[in-house]
Amino acid sequence: MLYDIKLTIGYSYKATSDRARNILRLLPSDMPGLQRVPRRLLEVTPRPDERHDRVDFFGNATSIVAWHQPIEAVELSLSAQVERIAAPQPFDLSPPLAALAQDLAGQHSLAPDSPHHFSAASQMVGPMIETTKYARALLRPGMTAMQAVEAVGHALNRDMSFDPEATTVDTPPAEAFANRHGVCQDFTHIMIAALRGIGIPAGYVSGFLRTFPPPGQPRLEGADAMHAWVRAWVGQEMGWIEFDPTNDQYACTDYITVGHGRDYGDVAPVRGAIRSAGGQESHQAVDVIPLEETA
Amino acid sequence: MPPGAQQDIFAPDFFADYRQHPGVADELFDENGKMRPVWRRFVDRFARLSPEEVRTRFEKGNQYLRDAGVFFRQYSTDPLVERDWPLSHIPVILHEDEWTQICAGLTQRADLLELVMADLYGPAQLVADNHLPAELVARSPHWLRPMVGVPPRGGHYLHFLAFEIGRSPDGSWFVLGDRTQAPSGAGFALENRMATGRIFPERFPRAYIHKLAGFFSSFRDAMETLASPRFETPRTGGILTPGPSNDTYYEHTYIARYLGMMLLEGEDLLVENGEAMVRTIEGPKPLGMLWRRIDASFADPLEFDHSSHIGTPGLMEAVRAGNLAMANALGSGILEMRAMMAFLPRISEVLMGQPLKLPNIATWWCGGAPERTWVRDNAQNMLIGPADSVDLPFDLGATIALGGQFKGEAAGSIAEWLERAGDRLVGQEAVTLSTTPAWEEEIEADGSSGSGRVVPCPMTVRVFAARTETGWQFMKGGYARIGRPEDTTALAMQRGGSVADVWVVSDRPVHRNVPSQPEGRDYRRAAPGILPARAADNLYWLGRYLERTEDAVRLIRAYHLRLAETDNRNDPRLKALRSYLKGYGFDLSQTIPEALIGRIASARACAGKVRDRFSTDGWAALNDLLKTTSRMTGTAQPGDDCARAMSVLVRKIAGITGLVHENMYRFSGWHFLSLGRALERADAMASLLAVFTAEEAPQGSLDLAVEVGDSVITHQRRFRVETNRDTVVDLLALDADNPRALLFMIRRLRQLAEALPGAQVHGRPSHLLRAILPLEAEIACANPAEITTERLWRLRDELAVISDRLSTSYLR
Repeated sequence: MLYDIKLTIGYSYKATSDRARNILRLLPSDMPGLQRVPRRLLEVTPRPDERHDRVDFFGNATSIVAWHQPIEAVELSLSAQVERIAAPQPFDLSPPLAALAQDLAGQHSLAPDSPHHFSAASQMVGPMIETTKYARALLRPGMTAMQAVEAVGHALNRDMSFDPEATTVDTPPAEAFANRHGVCQDFTHIMIAALRGIGIPAGYVSGFLRTFPPPGQPRLEGADAMHAWVRAWVGQEMGWIEFDPTNDQYACTDYITVGHGRDYGDVAPVRGAIRSAGGQESHQAVDVIPLEETA
Repeated sequence: MPPGAQQDIFAPDFFADYRQHPGVADELFDENGKMRPVWRRFVDRFARLSPEEVRTRFEKGNQYLRDAGVFFRQYSTDPLVERDWPLSHIPVILHEDEWTQICAGLTQRADLLELVMADLYGPAQLVADNHLPAELVARSPHWLRPMVGVPPRGGHYLHFLAFEIGRSPDGSWFVLGDRTQAPSGAGFALENRMATGRIFPERFPRAYIHKLAGFFSSFRDAMETLASPRFETPRTGGILTPGPSNDTYYEHTYIARYLGMMLLEGEDLLVENGEAMVRTIEGPKPLGMLWRRIDASFADPLEFDHSSHIGTPGLMEAVRAGNLAMANALGSGILEMRAMMAFLPRISEVLMGQPLKLPNIATWWCGGAPERTWVRDNAQNMLIGPADSVDLPFDLGATIALGGQFKGEAAGSIAEWLERAGDRLVGQEAVTLSTTPAWEEEIEADGSSGSGRVVPCPMTVRVFAARTETGWQFMKGGYARIGRPEDTTALAMQRGGSVADVWVVSDRPVHRNVPSQPEGRDYRRAAPGILPARAADNLYWLGRYLERTEDAVRLIRAYHLRLAETDNRNDPRLKALRSYLKGYGFDLSQTIPEALIGRIASARACAGKVRDRFSTDGWAALNDLLKTTSRMTGTAQPGDDCARAMSVLVRKIAGITGLVHENMYRFSGWHFLSLGRALERADAMASLLAVFTAEEAPQGSLDLAVEVGDSVITHQRRFRVETNRDTVVDLLALDADNPRALLFMIRRLRQLAEALPGAQVHGRPSHLLRAILPLEAEIACANPAEITTERLWRLRDELAVISDRLSTSYLR
């Protein structure tokens, strides 16, 4: 499936921002077996005095931009073509959950995909007793790791309501979970916490959903902005699987990946350091349009 | 006659009760109870002192530390809480041969740590080969992913290290912890040495003690080379501190002064085109290296801890671009992780092909089943705590269970806990430390001090190492922590205790490294001549707050003098003064208004942020002012008494400003302080004249203005008449020779502005000067009638413009 992706993000500062410096993680990249990116372009207005594009530890394309003079507003505009490679629904080859720890202990690696990065608390997803209890209650004897991922994702989708007004980007996952509401970021952080709590390494995926579903299917939640879902490590054999708790499904060809990380902090589309009093306002618009219906 | 015998009749034997703990090594006596020869000279001298002499000498040491302003900040919300430096007056004495052996072992360890660091931020082969568990590294908040694959400028990650070492019962040394992130204590070691110099000033034994200064000069040279390698654009270096709220901030200011290096905070820096720069009053200047005293996670909010308010966005980018060296490299904190100790012995064999010359405290990571079982079965002799903690074994927070018992309330058994959370825990042998002599003051039943004696207390020694062009160099001596006498396990150290100087002594007199300069003093290179904008800003505001304080004190005094005179709070002049001061936030229903303390505290806060540039005497005087004023709050009575109290404060403030003006080097910083004072004084005078020479002002206001303007005598001399508006305005506004007058102050502002960098731009006056010059000309030519109330109010606005221009041009 080939997609044409357009994204604009705008920020305006209430007071001019002196020497703004941002790290942007907006460009989708090639991922073997998952997606190809024949074309991508990120334009930044006003033109920054500095721009360095590189790949970060987790393999995400990052652009560091900086302005030497005060600016009042920033406009980021991404246009990309991404081919999402069709992948069959994963077939469960994962070990029983109880045996996952052994698999994990055999991973002597600090490579970006090593599950060890994703097994413990991270800055935005601290240890949470409540989610661990919640996840434990869903486990059945003999469950495989993958079944456990599904069970947790499904239960969260059932028990939590999608509410764009209820939380902000800074709402702690524990608070969103206590109130059982939030947006894709909250769903994702909560599921990550729940999975880590039962010993499944889990991370954060940021990306896009196709804007309009194929005919006859409902429009997915989160399609009007950047989306987030979960990546879980279910053993040496299967490695990573991706599950979207907001829509209760595995990430299929409707999903385009931008970044991987331990939590939102690693993949935030715009990380800004702004020397400015007052606050800032932002807007975001996304279009993900299939160019052709293959398959 | 053996030394000391002569006075034995008068002096009690301080060492009579010195009882070695069984099964524990002692620094003073060997295992046969014989005094180690290295202590002989010192003990002979010391034993000859009378208890009175001991007390006098120790007090000299304390006095030095107090006068020098050495303090140790306690974590507290009250910025005034600074604990006196806990000096243990008797040094720890070690022979140079033993020290050389220790340093040989630590050199190997330093090289090993460098190799581990290079591997963890490079190929991670140690993890791939299972010499170090991946999860320990991946979980640690100190392993900084952005640093992976970034080679350090200059080729090395580690430049300045400290090792905490202790002595086993068998006399050998072992390492309790490696300090690789931002080791503290080197500056305190210098201060301890200064203090023991006061206590034991005799050439003998001092001539035999190795000096500390050579170590610092070698390290400073190394830092200069790092900042500006040959054939590159010269760059400067600095010390990066988390700021005044840090517990070792005093040390940062001390080291900065001692080495003549800039002390910088995150907001002093900016990053442009991959280059770290310091914001100075002359614009950004490139930096080549930073001696980092801030934890790496806080150094760059963009790439590390996003919540950090003390970092510099983009600093990592400057490191990545290879333009900025860090001592030590960002991410070096990972080496402090306690679990590392479990693997270093093996890693030494793997990477260096040799065993550790100096063992570290035996450590077991409980993630492995055999280790877990071992720790469980030997829990009686273990400290058990978090594997990823970077605290030293004896730090309170880092141990959860000791001697087979949980420290606080905890459910379940240690065995269950190890089973459940083993991969997050380490067990460490509950080591025993050697003891060293420490003074114990005896308090008599009536509360007076008795004779005092020497008792054995457990100790650890902190050893400092710096990378130089010729390899690792070690501070010859330094810094020991002394625990309380009851307990010789490492845990005794957690209850605070005290700190002692460490003497490394030779059998022969040692030659001085720096013969021309006395140790620890006056040893400084030419000032770098760079003034960070933030330091200038703090000096400017210090000047303003000092002047504001003085102005308020004079007004409050005038009020209480009149109150004493009239005893009538409804006197129109009193009413006028009350309302005038109310406009500045002073409530004169309080005898000592709270706002006065607030102003002094503000001045002190500004000074506190530039302590590396502010004289010790000035700092002491400022503290004294604050204390005195706070004390007066409870005692001063309205009227004469309060007026007298204010006179005391006027004199104290004069003391501070005198110290500053007489003693402060005339570098740019002094100019900013003076600019602050001049501007504030002009503003206060304009305001005073606007209100008290106005037509509607109550009778007697003119005299009041002259009095507050400290010009009573001059007025009598010059005019020999009663005050009228013209004479008062002439004297307080237009008189170029009256240091309180507007014209005098504006002229002073102009002179100071002319001395600042960039005062001339292509032959034309700077933006700042262009605001001052027309004002000076106007006031210089005016006659009193032209200085109307409206003109005075407008003048205040013009002064505000001058202040703004000063800020935009120099202070940001």
